[in-house]
Amino acid sequence: MAQKLIYLDNAATTPVDPRVLEVMLPYYRENFGNSASRNHQFGWVAEEATENARKQVAAVINADPKEIIWTSGSTESNNLAILGAARMYADKGRHLVTSLIEHKAVIDPCKFLQSQGYEVTFLQPDNKGRVSVEQVREALRPDTVLVSLMFANNEIGTIHPIPEIGALCHEKGVLFHTDATQAFGKVPVDVEAMQIDLLSMSAHKIYGPKGVGALYVRRKKPRVRLEPVIYGGGHERGMRSGTLNVPGIVGFGEAARIAKEEMPAESKRLAGLRDRMWAGLSEHLTDIARNGDPQHCLPNILNVSFLYVEGESLMMGFSDIAVSSGSACTSASLEPSYVLKNIGLGDDLAHSSIRFSLGRFTTTEEVDYTIKSVVRTVNHLRAMSPLYEMAQAGIDLSKVEWQHH
Amino acid sequence: MAYSNKVIDHYQNPRNVGSLDQNDPQVGTGIVGAPECGDVMKLQIRVDDQGRVTDAKFKTFGCGSAIASSSLATEWVKGRTLEEAEQLKNTEIVKELALPPVKIHCSVLAEDAVRAAIADVRRKQEARTSAGAGAR
Repeated sequence: MAQKLIYLDNAATTPVDPRVLEVMLPYYRENFGNSASRNHQFGWVAEEATENARKQVAAVINADPKEIIWTSGSTESNNLAILGAARMYADKGRHLVTSLIEHKAVIDPCKFLQSQGYEVTFLQPDNKGRVSVEQVREALRPDTVLVSLMFANNEIGTIHPIPEIGALCHEKGVLFHTDATQAFGKVPVDVEAMQIDLLSMSAHKIYGPKGVGALYVRRKKPRVRLEPVIYGGGHERGMRSGTLNVPGIVGFGEAARIAKEEMPAESKRLAGLRDRMWAGLSEHLTDIARNGDPQHCLPNILNVSFLYVEGESLMMGFSDIAVSSGSACTSASLEPSYVLKNIGLGDDLAHSSIRFSLGRFTTTEEVDYTIKSVVRTVNHLRAMSPLYEMAQAGIDLSKVEWQHH
Repeated sequence: MAYSNKVIDHYQNPRNVGSLDQNDPQVGTGIVGAPECGDVMKLQIRVDDQGRVTDAKFKTFGCGSAIASSSLATEWVKGRTLEEAEQLKNTEIVKELALPPVKIHCSVLAEDAVRAAIADVRRKQEARTSAGAGAR
């Protein structure tokens, strides 16, 4: 066991399911055609495959297959949704609403738009990471063209009140985009019932290949139009030019099919493992805190602050277990997570936080082994933590005058 | 980022973890860094009447490199005179632990902790000397 690596970073990426890889392979070999080649068998076979995948992905979110636009992943989907809608509807208004805990692939396009004369309201979530419908309502203006709020947060797993926000947006005639990268295939998503106009998805978070994603673009009530970000041959209804990544798309379709089929049982299993992990940690450790909203949470994410120990040293103590301290995209910078800071955690707690994200291949044995390793490491580090020593002596750490560097 | 074997060794088997009595006149305490920055080091030295460091202890909140830097610093100052201990350079720590550029601040923090501990014990010694002089 100790030699085997345990992967608890499934919110960063997932391995390709063997069943997915199997259906992809023929499209690298004999079925290598370009789906845009309309005049021969190679093209027809490829087109049939991408259209089948379109149905499979659409089925997960109760969309029409025609409303699925293939992209290279969620980052591109988010860019296309935000930049595309903002540019297309610039005459109507130049105001957008989003939140402070979105992924950088939403925040950065919004910031770019600010530099182009648009105005963006960044909503502050509550201390569990939720934005309320009332907050959105108050932020809306006559010139608001788009609300972009993630379905579920990638670091803490908190799920926003999506149906309520969708209803509000439709009532006010504002487009609603949601980055569903973490939620897609994990919890039920229904673009009709939830009144979503644009929705970003990614294959590699659901045991599909990297480099493939999709954007759902509503065609009716209202018909959403987007100015492209990538121009060229007019693929994907002109919204995203470029030869389709046929094997990747086929894999995405199969991954979506499996995720939909297994979701009821799998989400229950994952929530059980996540609760087992939290119960095990709570039983053996004092001074730990769960971040996020246990009432509205993805089944597979557990984010925990271990007071008085620093996250990176914590991860070093269980180097045979892959976890994340903050977002994988920013961990190289050594900066504490902006998501945790924006739900009100101090920098000190943000530095002490670990995200465990479970997946399809996570076992009970792995969870139990992880609990043991984490408990051992936290105790090892607290024994040499000056903060723990001070806290035990009754010193209020927030009142200490630290020597900042 | 992979850690050097020496960093891993200090992390797993830290030398001289612990605390000395902060109020002891022969003990100097240096606490540097801040929790918000992700690093706090407490380094303490005990100095005999000849001005030689007889014991050193540390406690560190921080990454593995910060723990290793402070652990190594306690090893190095033990047995040295205050003047010698003062010569400790962060670059020596960087070299010994093979710290990557992004972790150099950990060695700087350890050097600062040593200096702060030395300054603290010197303050105590001076206070004692002047107190002694005043009593005469």
